[in-house]
Amino acid sequence: MSLVLNEEQVFLKDSAKKFASEKTPTTHFREVRDSEIDNCYDDKIWQEMVSLGWTGILVPEEFGGSNFGVAGISSILEELGRTLTPSPLFSTAVVGVSLIKHASDDVKKDILTRVVQDGLRLCFAIEESNHHDPVKISCEAKKDGSNFIISGEKSFVIDGGFADKVIVACRTSGEEGSKNGLSLFVLDSSSEGLSVTPTKMVDSRNAANMKFENVKVSSDMLIGKEDDAYEIIESVLDISRAAISAEMLGSALQAYEITLDYLKEREQFGSKIGSFQALQHRAAIMFSELELCKSCVIESITSFDEGGNDSERLASLSKAKVGEVFHLISNESVQMHGGIGVTDEYDIGLYLKRARVAEQIFGDSNFHKNRYAELTGY
Amino acid sequence: MENLDQFRKETKEWLEENCPPEMRKPMGPGDVVWGGRNCKFPHPDAKLWLERMGEKGWTCPTWPKEYGGGGLSFDENKILQEELMAIRARPALSSFGIWMLGPALLEFASEEQKKKYIPEIVKGEIRWCQGYSEPGSGSDLASLKTKAEDNGDHFIVNGQKVWTSYADDCDMIFTLVRTGPQEPKHDGISFLLIDMDQPGVTTKPIKLISGKSPFCETFFDNAIVPKENLVNELNKGWDVAKRLLQHERNMIAGMGLGGAGSAKKKKDQTISSGMATMAKTYVGEEEGKLANPGLRQKIASFDINSHAFSLTMRRASEESKSSNSGPSPASSMFKYYGSESNKLRYELMLEAMGTKALGWEGEGFGPAELAITREWLRTKANSIEGGTSEVQLNIIAKRVLDLPQ
Repeated sequence: MSLVLNEEQVFLKDSAKKFASEKTPTTHFREVRDSEIDNCYDDKIWQEMVSLGWTGILVPEEFGGSNFGVAGISSILEELGRTLTPSPLFSTAVVGVSLIKHASDDVKKDILTRVVQDGLRLCFAIEESNHHDPVKISCEAKKDGSNFIISGEKSFVIDGGFADKVIVACRTSGEEGSKNGLSLFVLDSSSEGLSVTPTKMVDSRNAANMKFENVKVSSDMLIGKEDDAYEIIESVLDISRAAISAEMLGSALQAYEITLDYLKEREQFGSKIGSFQALQHRAAIMFSELELCKSCVIESITSFDEGGNDSERLASLSKAKVGEVFHLISNESVQMHGGIGVTDEYDIGLYLKRARVAEQIFGDSNFHKNRYAELTGY
Repeated sequence: MENLDQFRKETKEWLEENCPPEMRKPMGPGDVVWGGRNCKFPHPDAKLWLERMGEKGWTCPTWPKEYGGGGLSFDENKILQEELMAIRARPALSSFGIWMLGPALLEFASEEQKKKYIPEIVKGEIRWCQGYSEPGSGSDLASLKTKAEDNGDHFIVNGQKVWTSYADDCDMIFTLVRTGPQEPKHDGISFLLIDMDQPGVTTKPIKLISGKSPFCETFFDNAIVPKENLVNELNKGWDVAKRLLQHERNMIAGMGLGGAGSAKKKKDQTISSGMATMAKTYVGEEEGKLANPGLRQKIASFDINSHAFSLTMRRASEESKSSNSGPSPASSMFKYYGSESNKLRYELMLEAMGTKALGWEGEGFGPAELAITREWLRTKANSIEGGTSEVQLNIIAKRVLDLPQ
């Protein structure tokens, strides 16, 4: 796969960089956080993203999208990650759109067109426990004539508190833990019997807990085949894991650069603290680790668009590696800032909080190390 | 593109015709061809293979044709390497001349020097070793004391070098010497090419913890060196030295390659981890998983880092293709990561093999097991030679991150 971005991707990345620095610097993140806006992002900013075409990057041209690919949207997310830009872009334009692409033509036309034009917001309700597990699903959907009746609970639904549509992974047969018997449905978040409890996370973004009590959904809203959604789920999760790794890389790079600047400016014992070898070596190690992360991310985000056949493993490679390195950098950055590193006034603590939440999204480093080993035959 | 296809076709044909069958068999440890005046060939075909490749300049494919190199572009060389790999051809020649000295000479040497020395390297006629470290100058290399004094048309060299790889088998040594004793330490060093076939130069092997002696001490006792053997200006040897070290670091960094992800996955191919496969034979497996979960986790971490590292080496090569730059201070990152990774690889093998990896010689251990034990000990030098890991981190901090002195 490519290890350098093409012109189109570089263009998208540059425009996202400009957008983030002009419209959503970290002061924007703070404004949203401190304004107590419930949905944890600014609608005006969301609409600007929509008008830039970002929600349509994974959408085929026939539904109004640009089809610029996973590498395109991930490059944007990387830049937005630098300033911790709050928006439902990831849950909608990456996860949601990738799932809806497997729905019926009518559903695709209806939903994708609105995502591109109006910024219809999507979310994916899959998790049921405290750790990512795409087969630990007991939320059930029972067939009832031409409908399904959904009952069960979901947690850690990213941007789920205020989405318009929910895509839910249900068990239609089989035991909890089995790959067989999973089905996907898309439904309105205002559906009768669905209660959504927004949960504000430590990084000031929203996730949600959802309770389905005999929620009726038409079988037209089935995504893929009944009982047979596992492959769709995994393939969409892999795209999402690669894309969120790109966002995390952006955040990690920014936290690192902020820290590097601080090492060059802060004086103690009459010297810049960046002249101390105890800090220099740790900074150099972080630099090396970030270089490795860049390679994992670019290899993985381009593999989907270029038809690579190792995308699964590359997604786990990225999520495992970037998760671990962002973890390291978020800790080291706070420590190297000393006392001000633990004040709310300085941005560096925001990255620490973001790191831990992002690490959990669709599998932490432990999950992906294990998966990488399995995919490699041990 | 059409030209490249044509090049691939011609390369395939040439290799088919010219690479002897014996040179397509896997190599044993004694099969490396180092070249030199007293070159030992493991097989007559190895000699033939070197002559043919040397004639074509393909031992140094990207070096300029006018000095005997192959004159290939980045893309052509990539094709050549792929085709060599496809027929599992052995390297025709391995040498410090190719990896370290040659690139530095191409950048710093005079026209006469290039004309004399580069073709010899390409054809493997002269075997070179490196005279950098001294007993009192390890990490602080620039404090070196071996001195060269002006004596009309030649220098007289006195002093001692250490860690000179294979010096006892080499013909020539590229050496850092002090020519400006009054100058600040970096500004009084010159780069000299010294013929070892003279009474003033003697070598003595150093026995290592692995039991082997790949390194020597080299003594200069009134060695005579003609003035035309000075590379770059007098007292400007440090510039050459630094550049050459970057090439050396890239070479050592390559040792960090070779994990589960190093090979690019081809269609329908299943990827396996060499480390995990090996570990399974020693600790067993349960339902396809390595039986020891702690070890399995460590191997997965290692494989992931090794995969990420090989991608980064490839990315750097693709990026330098577009900017056409040689190695940079970032070589230190590769040297640091690659050598640490190689050490870890052997530590994990030891962990997997248990007492089977702790034999020294004789009965009870297979030859491969004994070799791993020795190689594990050898890898401890990876993060010391060519500048310690700590020195590499210093270089990254200062030259790449621009942190204050």
